[in-house]
Amino acid sequence: MTQQTSNHVDNGVDLPAILEARTALEATPEAAQFTWRASCEWIEGVHSRSTIEGFYGLGEEQSRSQTFTLDADHPPQFAATDDGATPVEIVLCGLASCLAAGIATVAQNRGIQLHSVKAYVEGDMDLSGILGIDADVRNGFDSIRVSFKIEADASPDEIAALVAQSQKRSAVFDIITNPSAVHVTVE
Amino acid sequence: MKMTDTTIIGAGQSGLSMSHALSQRSIDHLVLDRGEIGNSWRTQRWDSLRMLTPNWANGLAGAPYSGSDPDGYMTASEFVLQLEAYASRNTSQVLRRSAVHKVTHTNGGFLVESESGSISSRTVVIATGATACSSIPGAANYLPSSVFQITPDRYRRPSDLPPGGVLVVGASASGVQLARELRLAGHDVILAAGSHVRLPRRYRGMDIEHWLEVTGTLDQTSHDIFEQNRARKLVSAQLMGGTENVDLNALQSLGISVVGRLADIRDGNALFSGGLANLAASADLKMHRFLDLVDGWIAENDVEMPQPDRPGETSLPIVPTLSLPLDNGPIRTVVWATGFVPDFSFLDLPVFNRRGRLIHDGGVCQLPGLYVLGLPFLRRRRSSQISGAAHDAAELAQHIETHLRTRTAA
Repeated sequence: MTQQTSNHVDNGVDLPAILEARTALEATPEAAQFTWRASCEWIEGVHSRSTIEGFYGLGEEQSRSQTFTLDADHPPQFAATDDGATPVEIVLCGLASCLAAGIATVAQNRGIQLHSVKAYVEGDMDLSGILGIDADVRNGFDSIRVSFKIEADASPDEIAALVAQSQKRSAVFDIITNPSAVHVTVE
Repeated sequence: MKMTDTTIIGAGQSGLSMSHALSQRSIDHLVLDRGEIGNSWRTQRWDSLRMLTPNWANGLAGAPYSGSDPDGYMTASEFVLQLEAYASRNTSQVLRRSAVHKVTHTNGGFLVESESGSISSRTVVIATGATACSSIPGAANYLPSSVFQITPDRYRRPSDLPPGGVLVVGASASGVQLARELRLAGHDVILAAGSHVRLPRRYRGMDIEHWLEVTGTLDQTSHDIFEQNRARKLVSAQLMGGTENVDLNALQSLGISVVGRLADIRDGNALFSGGLANLAASADLKMHRFLDLVDGWIAENDVEMPQPDRPGETSLPIVPTLSLPLDNGPIRTVVWATGFVPDFSFLDLPVFNRRGRLIHDGGVCQLPGLYVLGLPFLRRRRSSQISGAAHDAAELAQHIETHLRTRTAA
């Protein structure tokens, strides 16, 4: 399998820069150690606002061009104010965005021109878990489905391979499918 | 102290092939082995194991298979006999029970310290193989002590295991074969499968090895491959010596349950990845890509062959098992079929990268005069097969001859 990058293919992914960074990080593994951060402040009820600014990576603190905020709340069915998506929906967005980013990058690397990529993502949840009705029911999703509609200059098999590879290299897919150690402390 | 031009460490298919190649070039050499000829084939293989490749593919340098069953799959002990016979014809100097403790660099080459004394050697070929030690994930530390655990190199037969359920971790050639054997011996078996390589044993009337051979797939060199490091880490295909398929569908039809990669053991529970469906879909895609290549070859060469008989899509439970209690649960044994790593700890030489892996380019190490054989994708895809030893040894022997001549001239 050789790497094919056609000059005519442009998915808006700066592949040379990514490959260059990859080579550089292979040589300096310390620089590849990143820490991602967000802060979150409770506003009222079940409404909170997260703020995303800098991160640590490439051996030093990094800042970004703007500060992002993300409101999370719950819908009226939860007797809430509906001032934002629910945290679990934000998780679904994270998964879909991560896979979409992967598809674009892998497509660029394989010389495949994309025309449109749409993901439809669903997660099933039994509220008996979070409401404490049934201790045998887990809190989180018991199943997540992502359905892609992709138009690209590629065969169905090549598109299937793109989607498979994007899952293989996706941080959020890994975070969701594999357990991670989570340490929660109080200052 | 003994002196020689080349010391070959390891008397398996790689070391003996190198001995043959050096003899052809009249290069003085010694072969050392920690045990007997083909030691790991004798001491680190289970009883029922047959070679993964048919006999016709298991010839050694200058000695193609000449037995009566070219399409059969010899057992590991039959292969040892073949190695013995080969050594007696081709190699006079095998120092048995001569474990090497240390190799250091000297002015004129290397000092090899072994059970049979020290050897001053101008060049050294490491042929100790890719499978010296079982590689076990860190999660093994959290396995409840009531659960028996074993690795494929120590496993011999189903009766080694206590009664009860078995969790086989790893779905490459070893894992799938052991899962099958233990299931047929009556155990309930769960197979935890991560990234895996699926191939049918036979396709369009021929053994898959035939198609790997004629399509040139085995001769892809490390330079043909974009992701060399990834290719070197590729796990062995789900195959066994014989006529049976051992892919996930075949195993499930025997009643083996398939779960995702073992991600961790926490609070006495094994946690499995929910990402197996993707890995299975990837393995199916890659298998079909190879079978497409085979169909293309058949069409291009206009040979008469049976119609394509593609294996069906890997089917998996709709609701995957994500965790399993190990504390006093149904699982009494865990088989760690999680791969092997080479052991180069006897090399007291600056030839490793920061992760402790031996750096080499096609078997040529960074220190002039030091060579390695028998690692996956050393020089070509074939390198991990028996037939790869002859090719790789012949090419590296030429390199060694040039090295010796240059040094002598200087």
